[in-house]
Amino acid sequence: MLNEFGHMALVLALAVSLVQSFVPLIGARLGDSRLMAVAQPAAVSVFALVALSFAALTVAYVRSDFSVVNVFENSHSAKPLVYKISGVWGNHEGSMLLWILILTLFGYLVACFGKQMAATLRATVISVQGWISTAFLLFILGTSNPFERLVPAPMEGRDLNPLLQDIGLAIHPPLLYVGYVGFSIVFAFAVAALIEGRIDAAWARWVRPWTLLSWIFLTLGISMGSYWAYYELGWGGWWFWDPVENASFMPWLAGTALLHSAAVMEKRDALKVWTVLLALITFSLSLLGTFLVRSGVLTSVHAFASDPTRGMFILIILIIFIGGAFSLFIWRASELKAGGAFAPVSREGALVFNNVFLTTSCVTVLIGTLYPLVLETVTGEKISVGPPYFNMTYIPLTIPLLIAIPFGTLLAWKRGDLSAISERLIVAGIVGLVGACIAAWAGGRETGFVAAVGVGLGAWLVVGSLAEVLYRTERAKTLGDRWRRLRNLPRSMWGSCLGHLGVGVTVLGIACLSAFEIEVIRDMRPGDKLEVAGYTLSFDRAEERQGPNYIDAVAVFSATKGGRLVAVMEPARRMYPARQMPTTEASIHTVGLSQLYLTLGTSTQDAITVRAFYKPWVLLIWIGSVIAALGGTLSLMDRRLRIGLPAPAKRRAEAPVPAE
Amino acid sequence: MIRLALAFALMFSVVSGAYALGEAEQLDDPALESRARALSSELRCLVCQNESIDDSNADFARDMRALVRERLVAGDTDDEVLAYLVERYGEFVRFRPPLNATTAVLWLSPIVVVLMAVIGVGFYLRQSRRAMARSSAKGLSEDEEEALAALLKERR
Repeated sequence: MLNEFGHMALVLALAVSLVQSFVPLIGARLGDSRLMAVAQPAAVSVFALVALSFAALTVAYVRSDFSVVNVFENSHSAKPLVYKISGVWGNHEGSMLLWILILTLFGYLVACFGKQMAATLRATVISVQGWISTAFLLFILGTSNPFERLVPAPMEGRDLNPLLQDIGLAIHPPLLYVGYVGFSIVFAFAVAALIEGRIDAAWARWVRPWTLLSWIFLTLGISMGSYWAYYELGWGGWWFWDPVENASFMPWLAGTALLHSAAVMEKRDALKVWTVLLALITFSLSLLGTFLVRSGVLTSVHAFASDPTRGMFILIILIIFIGGAFSLFIWRASELKAGGAFAPVSREGALVFNNVFLTTSCVTVLIGTLYPLVLETVTGEKISVGPPYFNMTYIPLTIPLLIAIPFGTLLAWKRGDLSAISERLIVAGIVGLVGACIAAWAGGRETGFVAAVGVGLGAWLVVGSLAEVLYRTERAKTLGDRWRRLRNLPRSMWGSCLGHLGVGVTVLGIACLSAFEIEVIRDMRPGDKLEVAGYTLSFDRAEERQGPNYIDAVAVFSATKGGRLVAVMEPARRMYPARQMPTTEASIHTVGLSQLYLTLGTSTQDAITVRAFYKPWVLLIWIGSVIAALGGTLSLMDRRLRIGLPAPAKRRAEAPVPAE
Repeated sequence: MIRLALAFALMFSVVSGAYALGEAEQLDDPALESRARALSSELRCLVCQNESIDDSNADFARDMRALVRERLVAGDTDDEVLAYLVERYGEFVRFRPPLNATTAVLWLSPIVVVLMAVIGVGFYLRQSRRAMARSSAKGLSEDEEEALAALLKERR
């Protein structure tokens, strides 16, 4: 009964979403405020209906209602409650429902928090958001109904894929989706600007916080996914340039570029057309990512044919939205007037530099991801484009960007003085060079070069990112005075400082891991010992343990350093009887920022293969992204974005355009 | 994230008794073994989602690892090993596609994109600089000159 209720709520949501798609837009074009006023109640009710539907599916999972196909295929009555709930989005239908829930949530947020926006802009934005909801509601109702029934209902479910039975599933997809889908608002703003044929700094002020919010979540989502893969898959890697990873990384690159170009537009009224284009590109890449992951086109072009309706449906959505938006762009972009001029060496110039390298690296990732698919479709030839390609193309495009970051943060708007700011970066330069030399020495002949470049860049970035806040407070006479001045700096300045510092920290982590990781592979019997990075790991015993819905074959190790017990480590091989599927459970012991990582392989006769890693400073990779996300949050809390928004923004919008 | 995400897309995983590279498989000669590792990490396990044979747990990957080491022991160069495997399994097995007619677009497009971006930005900046030069060269309008003169007079 509740399931039918959930299904009906989705159908109703589609109907209301259609109203949301057209009525406010027509109102905005006719200048009819009554029609425009439909926007808010429509957006709110679509969200409420989808939320009800989502709740109904969650209840079906919690109750283990196997009369629903989706629950039967992806759940098990013995599964712990948290995985029953996260299992709601651990499958195609449910994850699409989560996607739509977040999409409509953003529509709701704009409807509620955008009250001070120009009425026509707000109505148009909410309508455009309605188009996207309509398309995806049609998709889920037409091809991926999560409430489909199964008669007669089986007694037991097939269980969730064991790899997904992890707290990571509860966290990673929602974060990632908020990021992905959040860019739909930015897209809606861009389309609305094109429809209205008007765009100004006030527009950029509205777009900035939404971009920032999506960016924060996407950053956390990607980094969380990477850590999840690192500990769950048991092969010790954290990034593989897999198409699915790239699908989330491309919107991140474009979104990062958008964040920076929107800053130029807000402050200097320049790069308008480009910012609108980037807003369109970013969400298009999110849609493309959804298509790549959801259609099954990735593993092979043939998987596409096995379920052609879903793949085709998303492809059509993709073509209509991307094609439509870009046509609109080509048609209307000339109406958007170009803004303020600037010299090549200036803050704007630096941000253009940023955009050039972020977008070209994004295009490179896009080409590498799609090339095998396109080639196979066109010529039938199968090739693989893997990590070596991406490392060879992406890394060279990123290094100039990383070098430029500290310069960019110090340059003045409109016209900057490179030699003056270089003086302020001398300390950062020295720290970077010293770091590079130490790393080169430590890395030796084999990994010295990688270590030197990575550590040097990371150190340069970490120190260089602090240059701006230190320089702004250099007139302080006492420490207390400096502290006061530091605290009074605008939060967005701290945001950019932490954002860039976070990048530096991540680069340091990547460099240390790739240059100084130690790996030992041994076939061991109980009683054997192995040495890794000064730790002695002794294989004490093997034992079997029964979990709620799995059986673990555990190898118990004691890790000692200098004769002192540091940790008991228990890597395991886990078997889930419901799916007859084994997984490897790595055991990780954290020492400061570094980790001992232990994972089990084959058992041969009486021995078992043990892979032991020492991963120096590996946590910096994820800590860096958390610092960057924190920076984004600070920036979001900047008072400029919180209060006093409407009046000055409007006045500025009406100010005469500066002379060309 | 990859394989998780793929599992997410309702993929199945290969059930097998074997796991990633073990000690017994490794060669005694450390130089040869490190070459084998480097090669293995650039070769794709054909029965897996998207894993190198070095990381994969599948039987197929173990056989390929053995094959790579066999060829290396027999005295093949890295390129010869790759050529041998490509001949057996096709280009799909290499994670690093070679530069040839089918992959020219793949390898050259990053360079082309960068060049296009640099040229585009160059034009934009030149226009912007001209606009700046114009606005500063234009100086003050007649009215502004008069106002300025009046102000200066007052001062005096």
